[in-house]
Amino acid sequence: MSFWGYPRPDGSIGTRNYVAIIPTVVCATATARQVSDNVKGSVPFLHHQGCALTPDDLAMANRTLMNLALNPNIAAVVLISLGCDPMDIDGIAEGIAREGKPVEKLVIQQVGGTIATVEKGTKIARQMVSDASRVLRAEFDDAQLMFGAECGGSDTTSGLGGNPAIGAAFDILVKKGGRAVFSETTEFIGAEHLLARRAVTPEVGAQITAMVRRYEERFLERGVDMRGTNPTKGNIEGGLTTIEEKSLGAISKGGTETIQEIYEYGERPSKGGLTIVDGPGFDAPSLTAMAAAGATVMFFSTGRGTPLGSPFVPVVKVTANGATFEKMKDNIDFYVNLAQKDHMGEIGADLYAEALQVASGKQTKAEILGQDRDNGLFIVGPLA
Amino acid sequence: MERKAIVLNSKDNVATALADLAAGDTIALEVDKKPVSIKLVGPIQFGHKFSLVDIKAGSTILKYGEAIGEATKDIKVGEHVHVQNVASTRGRGDIVKGAAK
Repeated sequence: MSFWGYPRPDGSIGTRNYVAIIPTVVCATATARQVSDNVKGSVPFLHHQGCALTPDDLAMANRTLMNLALNPNIAAVVLISLGCDPMDIDGIAEGIAREGKPVEKLVIQQVGGTIATVEKGTKIARQMVSDASRVLRAEFDDAQLMFGAECGGSDTTSGLGGNPAIGAAFDILVKKGGRAVFSETTEFIGAEHLLARRAVTPEVGAQITAMVRRYEERFLERGVDMRGTNPTKGNIEGGLTTIEEKSLGAISKGGTETIQEIYEYGERPSKGGLTIVDGPGFDAPSLTAMAAAGATVMFFSTGRGTPLGSPFVPVVKVTANGATFEKMKDNIDFYVNLAQKDHMGEIGADLYAEALQVASGKQTKAEILGQDRDNGLFIVGPLA
Repeated sequence: MERKAIVLNSKDNVATALADLAAGDTIALEVDKKPVSIKLVGPIQFGHKFSLVDIKAGSTILKYGEAIGEATKDIKVGEHVHVQNVASTRGRGDIVKGAAK
C-alpha cells in the first residue's frame, strides 16, 4: 500500500507541509503566534516553558524543540527567542540546518521588540511558505510512515476497544517495516512486566522496568498518593478503578510487536520498528514527545471524548464508547464497535486505511476545528 | 444476542458491564468458553465492574488476567467492584513500604 506525502531533504516523508514558528521560551510565545497569524501555511508551537529550568529540564527542552522542528511534516522553521532566556537557540538552529532544513532565528531583544520581530518574522515566514508550497505530494510506500499513539480521557472502553484497535493498526505498519512509537510511562505502572517481556533484548526489558520505577518513585519520594492524580476523576467515573487497570488497557495501543528501543523525552529513535519514548500520561506534552520522535500520523484513543490535537501532526481520534461517539462526533474520527470486539484485526485494518487517507491529506476533525495549536513541553521540575 | 458484560481472561475475578445493568439482573457470561450466570447485588453502570466470586479483603483483583489492585473489604459475588472496595498498590507515596516494586 502507499500514501501521498512530502519528500524532505533528509530522506524522510512528511504527511503535512507546514512552516513552523517555534518560540524557545514563553516570553516569545505571543510573538510567535502573531507571526503565524499573519502567514497562512505557518503553524506555531505555543508552549509555556523555556526559562527557570533545572539543567536536566533545560537540556530536555532544547532537544525537544530541535527534534520537533525536524519532524518530517515541517518544511522550514522560524525560531524566536527573547534573548536573556537560557535556551540554546543557536544549537537548536544548527541541529535543524544540519539535516538540510531551512531555519531562521529571531531574538526579540536584538531585533528590538515585538513589532519589529513580528515584521521580520512575517517576511521570513511568508517566503518560507512560498518555497514550501512548491514541494508536491508524491506516492510513497506506507512503510515510510511513522505512527504515534496516545490515550486520554480514558474509560473502560479505551482498554477494551480503542487502544486494541490502535494496537492492531500499529502491528500492520510495523510488520510492513514501518516505525511506530508510543509513550505515557505513568500508564505503564502495573503493566511494565508485559512490556518488558516484549523487549528485543533483556537489557531493553530492564530499561523499561527502570523507566517505570523512576516515574513511580517521583510519587513515592514526595509522599504523594497517585490515586489523587491518576486515574483521573473522569477515568474513575468511566469505570477505571486503579492505575494498574488503566495501564493494562493503555499498553494495548502499542500493539503486540517487539519493542526495539526506549529513549528519553525529546529524543528520536535510532532503531526502526516499534519504540517507546519516556513521557508523562498528560496528553499535551506526550503528543509533543511523539511528534519530536518523528511521528507523522498519530492516533488518540478516548473514552470520555477529547478535542486535543497536535500542531504539526494529524491526530486521528478513536473511541469505543458509543455514547461518546454520538455526543462528540465533532471531535472523534473513528468508532470501534465493542460488539465487534472479537474482530479486532479487521477493525485495525479499517483504522489503518483511515490513517493512510489522513497521511495523504484528509483533514482530521482536530485539524478542521483548529484544536491543534496549543501543546506542552514536559518538565520534571522543580521550577526555579 | 448482545453481550451485557465481558470477562477478558479466564483468571479474572471481575466482569465489565457493556450496558447499564440493574440490581437483581442475572447476567449470562462466558468464562473460559463455559457459561456462568451472576446475579447483581446492585446496579452496575456501563464500563464498571462486578465480581464473579466472593472476594476476601486483601485479595488481588484480576482483570486482563493481571492484578489491578487489592480488595479493601470483603466483596460478595455480583457486587460493584470499584474505588469503594479496591485500592491500587502502586504509586502510593502515602503508604511507602520502602522502595517501589
